[in-house]
Amino acid sequence: MTVVGEILMLIGGIFLFLGSLGLVRMPDVYNRLQTGTKASTLGAMSIGLSAIFLLPGAAGKAVLLVVFIVLANPIASNTIGRSAYLSGIKLSEKSVSDAWGVQASGEAGMVEGAAADATITGAAPEATDNKGA
Amino acid sequence: MITISLILIGLSAVLTVFRLIKGPSLFDRLVASDTLSVIGMAFLLVLAEIVQTTSYMDVALVYGIVGFLGTVTIARFFMRVSK
Repeated sequence: MTVVGEILMLIGGIFLFLGSLGLVRMPDVYNRLQTGTKASTLGAMSIGLSAIFLLPGAAGKAVLLVVFIVLANPIASNTIGRSAYLSGIKLSEKSVSDAWGVQASGEAGMVEGAAADATITGAAPEATDNKGA
Repeated sequence: MITISLILIGLSAVLTVFRLIKGPSLFDRLVASDTLSVIGMAFLLVLAEIVQTTSYMDVALVYGIVGFLGTVTIARFFMRVSK
């Protein structure tokens, strides 16, 4: 059991390090958001799971922490990305698609109503496919 | 293995602080700050497993909640709709 916990902790450390490396090397806010929250979520989740094996008296607290990380981190990253896009932060020049911009550019510029509709219906990728075909 | 994990966590904190200092826009710094709170949470968990004290897990939970609420609040506050 101890070996399983230590391996999980090592996996967590590796993923946290890779997430921070991507945070330094990526060219764009959105790419940095991708690495900085997804890989960090996996790393912190793995370290929280290792606490179940290495500290069995507090397994309930560890499960609570893992559930909190899984629920809270995507919400935070979604909020950061949404407000960065609505604030007009440009995408990197190497980006190949901008589904929200394609959806919202039927009218002039980024209108907040159209952007909110694109968020609610969640139909942005299909719209991109139709426009490309 | 715990030592290697601690070294990796320290290196990732250094890289994240680099992005927190250098980041061109506010949202880069916000992403770095959010990642730093997750890294601090993971460090507190590793510390709890090293010294076999479960109180550090409560500290990690509260730290995570405060970091999450701060990130969401700052992101909503600085949202400026252009045009």
